[in-house]
Amino acid sequence: MTVSTKIILRGRRVCGGRAEGEALVTRQTIPGWGGVDPVQGVITETQHELRGVSFTDKVLVFRGAKGSSGWSAMYHTARLAGTAPKALVFNEMTTKVALGAVVMRVPSITDLDQNPLDVIETGDWVIVDGDRGIVEVVKRAR
Amino acid sequence: MLDGRKGKATQKAMELLVRYAEALGAERFVDTRNVAGVPGSANPFLQNYYTDKNAEAHVKAGPAFDAIFSHFDLDSDELVEVPSSSVPTYHLQGGADPTAWQTLGVKVEVFRNYQEREAFAAAHDVGILKTCTPYLAGNVPSRGEHLAWMESSAVIYANSVLGARTNTEGRESTSAAMLTGKIPDWGLHQTEHRYGTHRIDVDVDVCSVMDWGMLGYYVGDMVQERIPVVAGRYSDAEIVRLKHFGAAASSSGGVEMYHIVGVTPEADTLETAFGSRMPIETFRYGKDERRRVYDRLNANASDPAVDFVMLGCPHAAIEQLREAARLLGGKKVSENCALWIFTSRAVKTQAHDEGILEALANAGAVLLTDTCSAFAQALPPGTKVAALDSAKQVHYLPAILGIQAWFGSTSDCINAALTGRWTGEHP
Repeated sequence: MTVSTKIILRGRRVCGGRAEGEALVTRQTIPGWGGVDPVQGVITETQHELRGVSFTDKVLVFRGAKGSSGWSAMYHTARLAGTAPKALVFNEMTTKVALGAVVMRVPSITDLDQNPLDVIETGDWVIVDGDRGIVEVVKRAR
Repeated sequence: MLDGRKGKATQKAMELLVRYAEALGAERFVDTRNVAGVPGSANPFLQNYYTDKNAEAHVKAGPAFDAIFSHFDLDSDELVEVPSSSVPTYHLQGGADPTAWQTLGVKVEVFRNYQEREAFAAAHDVGILKTCTPYLAGNVPSRGEHLAWMESSAVIYANSVLGARTNTEGRESTSAAMLTGKIPDWGLHQTEHRYGTHRIDVDVDVCSVMDWGMLGYYVGDMVQERIPVVAGRYSDAEIVRLKHFGAAASSSGGVEMYHIVGVTPEADTLETAFGSRMPIETFRYGKDERRRVYDRLNANASDPAVDFVMLGCPHAAIEQLREAARLLGGKKVSENCALWIFTSRAVKTQAHDEGILEALANAGAVLLTDTCSAFAQALPPGTKVAALDSAKQVHYLPAILGIQAWFGSTSDCINAALTGRWTGEHP
């Protein structure tokens, strides 16, 4: 029998709202324009560890944003195409990720009391309450 | 502005900026009178998306500037009438070369849409620079000036080389700033966030454009979005080299500002650059690091039969066009290869007046404006292997278009164009 453990992280609201989904975790920064196909919802940057992986409907747990100023427009396009992630949990605030979260209109949290990259693994179930700044993690049975 | 007394569009723009400032954790705005973005532009996806939306809503008109600007630029659910810019605003790269669009493989209906978008922008008092290098085409901000700029390679240049102040803004925030003259007072607008965080000791000679591009690619990879202070063995740090250094650092990482001791305006000394703080970490860039960067930049190439050479990322300065013409030396580009060089409309005009345009054309090179291969996703038909002198372009092009791409010096690239063979070597 496996017992699922629940972990609570507290942080700062970036965008409000509540969503839940399966975690997709990367310690790398995430590219925008030129490194992502927003219509397909996949990362395409040749040297990225998530190359070819879809972020659609995932709770994206990542270090931060990098690269082009087209970051927000790419993830904005992903929202229109129906391929956006469900929520964002990230460590490093930049204008790219802030604006991207705003126009994606997904619950987003940063400045957490534990490093989400140490706590959350790809496949865990994550509930993001943007308004209260709370991330609940249900570990996948392993 | 939030109460709507300055009009609905300005209200929506301010609402977006408030959401954005809250997301950042910014407490106030700064005034800006220098905005560079891509207001109202539309790629075929957005064009089709809003045409379909209009059809669903039984709106007869096509996807007018106002619809794209309202729903995409301002992220407003409501359609608003868009006024002219309230502060000086410039259009960065986009669309297709206005005369040689067919060379880029652009369909006529797509080109007409680009023309319409451009006409609308111009009618809304947006300066049509159509370049990623506004600082080479007439928009040269002064030290300390607050900007709202897009285009990572222009942002890093404005902050680091010119000492102006801007974060890397996006499509939506620049369009909102165009109507409001406001942008969140956060990050690089504030002196305390402009000091260096990481130190890079350059322990191998960095002189050529290629050297500076490789160093930039290394630095971006090491510091990601932090602020590097570069010290050590470098020379010839002028416009073109700093353009390539910054473009590379903002591609491999998210660098928006750097200091080069003794070169950039906020780095007279190491101490000034760090604001008397200690570096978080120090990296040494020597021969081994340079070799690894070179190998990484060439990791997507194996076939020496080059069928496409692209120069002008970021858009070529006049000096680079002069150099290309000199390296071609009256010879002809190989019939198995195409040579495209991208620049701004302003620099192309100068090249025309100086006879460089003619020299390039006689050699079989094509000078194009407004865009680049990565941005337009445009290659000569059948391209399999490209050669590039820009670390930024080699970072993006294979990922976007799935081709092989060699990285080397401008001279390596021109040689490849003349012979159809890649002969570049480790520096």
